[in-house]
Amino acid sequence: MNYIDKIQPIHLDILKEVGNIGAGHAATALSSLLNRKIDMKVPNVRIVPFAEMMELTGGSEKEVVSVSLGIEGEAGGNMFFMLTVEEANRFIQKLMNDESFTFHDRNVHNIGFSAMQEMGNILSGSYLSALGDFTQLKLQPSVPELAVDMFGAIISYGLLEISQYSDYTIVIDTILTEMDEGNVEIVKGHFFLLLSPDSFPVLFEALGAGYGK
Amino acid sequence: MVNKTGEIVKVGIADLNVVKPPDMIRTSGLGSCVGVVLYDESIQIAGMVHVMLPDSSLAKADIKNKAKFADTGIQALIKELEKRGTRSVRLKAKIAGGAQMFQFKSGTDLMKIGPRNVAAVKEQLQAARIPILSEDTGGSSGRTIEFNPSTSLLHIRTVDKGEQTI
Repeated sequence: MNYIDKIQPIHLDILKEVGNIGAGHAATALSSLLNRKIDMKVPNVRIVPFAEMMELTGGSEKEVVSVSLGIEGEAGGNMFFMLTVEEANRFIQKLMNDESFTFHDRNVHNIGFSAMQEMGNILSGSYLSALGDFTQLKLQPSVPELAVDMFGAIISYGLLEISQYSDYTIVIDTILTEMDEGNVEIVKGHFFLLLSPDSFPVLFEALGAGYGK
Repeated sequence: MVNKTGEIVKVGIADLNVVKPPDMIRTSGLGSCVGVVLYDESIQIAGMVHVMLPDSSLAKADIKNKAKFADTGIQALIKELEKRGTRSVRLKAKIAGGAQMFQFKSGTDLMKIGPRNVAAVKEQLQAARIPILSEDTGGSSGRTIEFNPSTSLLHIRTVDKGEQTI
């Protein structure tokens, strides 16, 4: 039986809570770093065919800035923190008080790239540690990597392992929104958590839910 | 005579399709995946497969989607094209993709799949005696590719290295 077929509504609710706790901690970390209000939407947890996954955030060709890491340990998977290039530019411009910064300027070893990388590290690190605390599972992040490229080209790495089992993936998508003083949205970032199929039994068992019985 | 405007037929990830002029065929956001175009100039027909993994032996469950793997994907595409009247001896290939987008210092072998996909595609094409007329593989950039069966040209777009036609 395919791992996707064993997923019940209760499992999706649990994964929603996983996204809630993880991204909630990331939002708190971001908020205290920037001293700004961060809004978090209710996580969107869905079972989607790969083709649909590739079209999230405006299409597989959409240029994004991504900080991604692999999760290793008792459960495995990949996590991506992604912004469109326009939003990432605004985010770093605000952060560094430098209106001229752009991710298209790749020949320069710009400090904005390091800032983005560090921001991604902090956010995904707090997501992952919250997830570890919640599940009591030992989870280790790999070294996060920054990429500026097409959404599909980047997210497909998160589908590689899953593709050995299925043509569908479970995506835990949480959106963080940075608000300015007047409560106007400045930038919107996506957290995508794609867990390996063999992580689900471990995760659901850790959280006290039966799976595939 | 009616001048029919061509459509662009999309090929998704782990997917394949076949077109005739005036239609074009395209796949977007290739990272480590490889886009393989097989075409027969004599009857102007072309097919594309968007390969994700090098070999069907990597499947850990019963996977019916042949287009996902280089070995079964290329075979399936040849069959599709033969159904439309071509013969594999007339087929030529153009390929693109197989980038290494990340360093993955601590990653698994799967994360270094780009070059392995390219090698597997070449091996399959060689076994089927289909010559590769041009390629744009490797590197570290994502690609969107579009093939025009009436000119046999493959157009490639990247976000930071511009566009080219091979």
